Amino acid sequence: MPEKPDRNAIEVRNVSKIFGSGDARFAALDRVSVNIRENEFFTLLGPSGCGKTTLLRLIAGFDFPSEGEIFLYGDDIAPLPPFRRPVNTVFQSYALFPHMTVAQNIGFGLEMLGKPKAEVEARVTQMLKLVRMEQLAGRRTSQISGGQQQRVALARALAPQPKVLLLDEPLSALDYKLRKDMQIELKTLQHETGITFIFVTHDQEEALTMSDRIAVMSAGKILQVGSPRDIYDRPAERFVADFIGESNFLPAAIVSTAGNLATVRLASGAEIPASLPDGFAPKGDVSIVVRPEHAQLAKPEGAALAGTVETVVYLGTDTHFHLKLDSGEPFIVRRQNARGHTDRFVAGNRVGLLIPADSAQVLKD
Amino acid sequence: MASAAETARQAERADVRSRWLLSTPALLIILVAAIGPLFVMLAYSFMVKGDYGDVKFGQFSLDGWFSVFFSRDIFDDTVGLADAHLSIFWRSVKLSLITTLLTLGLGFPTAYFIATRPASTREVWVFLITIPFWTNLLIRTFAMQEVIRNEGILNTLMMWLGLIDRPVQLMYTDVAILFGMVYVYLPLMVLPLYASMEKLDFRLVEAGYDLYATRLRVLWRIIIPLVRPGIVAGSILVFIPSLGAYVTPRVLGGGKNMMLGNLIELQFGAGRNWPLGAALSITLMAIVMLALLVYVRNAARSGAQHV
Repeated sequence: MPEKPDRNAIEVRNVSKIFGSGDARFAALDRVSVNIRENEFFTLLGPSGCGKTTLLRLIAGFDFPSEGEIFLYGDDIAPLPPFRRPVNTVFQSYALFPHMTVAQNIGFGLEMLGKPKAEVEARVTQMLKLVRMEQLAGRRTSQISGGQQQRVALARALAPQPKVLLLDEPLSALDYKLRKDMQIELKTLQHETGITFIFVTHDQEEALTMSDRIAVMSAGKILQVGSPRDIYDRPAERFVADFIGESNFLPAAIVSTAGNLATVRLASGAEIPASLPDGFAPKGDVSIVVRPEHAQLAKPEGAALAGTVETVVYLGTDTHFHLKLDSGEPFIVRRQNARGHTDRFVAGNRVGLLIPADSAQVLKD
Repeated sequence: MASAAETARQAERADVRSRWLLSTPALLIILVAAIGPLFVMLAYSFMVKGDYGDVKFGQFSLDGWFSVFFSRDIFDDTVGLADAHLSIFWRSVKLSLITTLLTLGLGFPTAYFIATRPASTREVWVFLITIPFWTNLLIRTFAMQEVIRNEGILNTLMMWLGLIDRPVQLMYTDVAILFGMVYVYLPLMVLPLYASMEKLDFRLVEAGYDLYATRLRVLWRIIIPLVRPGIVAGSILVFIPSLGAYVTPRVLGGGKNMMLGNLIELQFGAGRNWPLGAALSITLMAIVMLALLVYVRNAARSGAQHV
């Protein structure tokens, strides 16, 4: 294969993982295929039980796929034990060795690789500096805080310079403020080290903040892969739209399609443009999704949709207007509380709804 | 009027008093039944032996202690080391150490096996381990005799398989004693080992594999250091009773292959030398205390590591 600037670090091909047998048979992963590019911050996002951690464990080598292949830079690694894979993991619980110091933890991988002592020490010093833990090198891992343990776990996994770093919900045990800081820190670290990161989380906000690309998973399948903006603005399926951010779903009928664009007719009879998922050319009735902040409130006359304001929720930075459309569907509009709004809407008002071009997306299901 | 501090002090004093009062029965039992006999033994070891056993009260003598380590030649009255006693001491320590190592070697994988079962079946395995305790030790030892004697199960089986032509003499050898002691003390090794392995976070094992440690290195560098308290506790629990074992060497080792327990019994029985028996018992206790001291220091060190 010719070297391309974005060659694949990991290729997962048709991988299934079956647990149990007979009636208790359960497919944690169902014929999953995905390519993860070199130097990319790739996130597996989904609710608990969707198979994201299973996929990570298959790449790490703690479990073996029931079917399919996993390639690391072109080599099939699926049959290799974890200690033969140039891949390291940051565990959810950190899994730091309690009988070793911070420095011993960080040096463990290099030591096991049989590196000379001087090299191990030099690299440990470098890693301690990278995660700003120089002062605590001699401490036991039980004598440092959660955030510090997190950084030691990160340094320990990065020290052997793995080709791919796997992170299994590493921020979930931290409090909100620390988590925010660590998100930025992780992103910076990924940039500095140039190592491919595969990050597992169920936190959509975390995924959107940090990732170059996100794979949204549900029930053992990958539903959509794309950049955070793709995933948020162009969800291909109802689950993706629902899981990430807030969504308004509306029934619509396809009038015409041209490439990735369609014209759809809403229940009110108004026709609006809507984007289509890649390679999807539907006919007849479909669902469309509109993000609450993309719709605009207006006067009822001449608007695409009309309805009544039911509740107004003030949230400081913005306000949520809960509407009931004339067709009976609920609809939420989010408006930033910027200065200069001249129009005020209160419960009971009749309002119109504008759906600007590029804000409606047709769903596959 | 009493100050608050004064009242608190009074309450505390009353509290201490009631605690002493509550523990008095237990303290009395320990004093009378456990510590008392030790002093009786200590006193006996310094007395003149009676002609038909027992001691001559009030007659001080160091003969008992002298005979623990030295013997007087009956013909020319020269003093030499008590070779017989010393070799029994050595045998006892040696057999107990080997027993400890064998139970550790067999118990470690067993405990690991149990600790890695699903939580629902672990208790069943632990229960199975404790089943031998239901039967009297003497009966179990005689059953062991049935297994290892010349016409016993083991020899018959090996002959049937063609491994040997004629029975291997196991009965009345050290091997027989080891067989018996390993069988009897194995649960005492498995249980504390299991207790510390059950607490072992197996994600640490995964972390070890992830960081390029092979299975053997994970065992040496991660599992063994973390379950060391269990290894130490199990070893102590096996070593101490092995050292004083009486029934097993008596039944399986015969009269020739004595251990300390048998030697002591001999002095109180046929030997009619109670001061010597008492002195030997105290020596045995001293060895045990020494082993415990090593244990406590060990535990303190590994404890400090984990805090």
